[in-house]
Amino acid sequence: MEALTAVGNRLRRVLEVVQDVTLFCVSVLRSAFFPPYYKHEILEQIHFSMIGSMFIVMFSALVAGQALAIQLARELAKQGAKSELGHFMVISSVRALGPVLTGIVVASRMSAGITAELGTMKSSNQIDALIAFGTDPMKRLVAPRMIGLWIALPVLTILGDTLSVIGGGFIGLGYHVTLQSYYNGVARYLTPANLLVGMIKPIFFAILITTVACWKGLTAEGGAKGVGVATTESVVISSVGILVTDFICTKLIFRVLGW
Amino acid sequence: MILLNVSFRVTRGQTRVILGPSGSGKSTILRLLMGLWQPDSGNILVNGEDITQVPPERMREIRRSMGIVFQQGALFDSMTVGENVGYTLLEDRHSEEEIEAAVEKYLRMVGLDPGLRDRMPDELSGGMQRRVAIARALAARNPGILLYDEPTTGLDPQSAERITDLIVHLRDAMGKTSIMVTHDIADAFKVGNRITVLDRGVVVFEGTSEELNEAKDPFIEEFLAPFRKAIAAANTREDCDPGMERLAPAPPPPRPQPGGSP
Repeated sequence: MEALTAVGNRLRRVLEVVQDVTLFCVSVLRSAFFPPYYKHEILEQIHFSMIGSMFIVMFSALVAGQALAIQLARELAKQGAKSELGHFMVISSVRALGPVLTGIVVASRMSAGITAELGTMKSSNQIDALIAFGTDPMKRLVAPRMIGLWIALPVLTILGDTLSVIGGGFIGLGYHVTLQSYYNGVARYLTPANLLVGMIKPIFFAILITTVACWKGLTAEGGAKGVGVATTESVVISSVGILVTDFICTKLIFRVLGW
Repeated sequence: MILLNVSFRVTRGQTRVILGPSGSGKSTILRLLMGLWQPDSGNILVNGEDITQVPPERMREIRRSMGIVFQQGALFDSMTVGENVGYTLLEDRHSEEEIEAAVEKYLRMVGLDPGLRDRMPDELSGGMQRRVAIARALAARNPGILLYDEPTTGLDPQSAERITDLIVHLRDAMGKTSIMVTHDIADAFKVGNRITVLDRGVVVFEGTSEELNEAKDPFIEEFLAPFRKAIAAANTREDCDPGMERLAPAPPPPRPQPGGSP
């Protein structure tokens, strides 16, 4: 009986957290869609998330794209379909690997930064000070981060996809796939539908990263240790959440597009 | 339950000190007054308006009539001193010239060099940070009510003295109504027109500093004992330690004429 009660209490707490996060997410979206906007903060966040993450995204995408190309080229060569390397690279990079890889890299960097910053602000009463001076923290702190990521994440994804595909082309040379043949494959499958699939996901990833990171930061308790724990949880939840969101988005998009 | 049956009035232009040991609910009172937290029951009247019943938009306006100095200052650490002081002016879309002038004016008012405006908060001493926090609270639409949450905690005696002098000056020279939360008895005696003592969320004393000094309540006796011992020790020494001078109870400051609204 006690075990059942414990499980019930645990389940209730989980549901309460889910409810809180959902309400917070709605509040974040409302803040991001309706004025007033803090333009300076938005530009700062775009700069921080886009320029700050650019090198690491480019490097990761290039390396991951080349690793993927090695695997694909080897298998395609066995099947006598080396010329399809460009095709497979576009499908796997633009539709699947690119957005997820970029999302996870940005989530690791941004969610840690956001949670640590907001958690520190909360523990040092800076959030209360903002409210006391008549500022809505959702508008000033959370919405700019959401808007910043909405702009930065798709741009970074395109950049990552591009480098991933280019990297694949160079690997293809080692397997006697000419650049022309590779380019033809890429051009044929770089369709608006494939691009759309790759571009829709980052929008949802941005919502996920901002919601989790800001919620964790704004609810952090227990001083420096509490902020540390919240930051770790934020990175883990965001990263795993991106994989789950990717799965859900892929299922929905495939259903909508009738693939 | 954090607070129970807490009730007091603050007359315009006076300073009410909420005194009590750590964990007695002092800071909670300030948070309730700012509308940061909602009480389970009861009313909080600010200029006759019950802030427990007002919508968020109205609460935001009411907050603008109050300035708060948080524990440790709570300066925005990503902003310079100038940006902190001019924060509300920037929010209210004042021109750069107006903000510059206000930053200079309020930094001077709290006894700081306006040249500090480009420094970051963590480059300042604790005492300077508190004074910047007071300047920020004053610059916030020149509020009639100032709330101080442990403004001298963690400061050396000289810095603490400067802060309490400033609080007294703002009340006497500028007519600011103030509520100060502290556990420092010397500060309470120096600053408060009236003092409320809290013990575990319950008011155990309400009155002037003289009345507090004569109170016979066992909790108050115990609470004041270290303070009285320090005074006695200081008085018995032939060469009084200059650092102990601030412990001597100051006579209560002259009271403004009654008639102000709570």
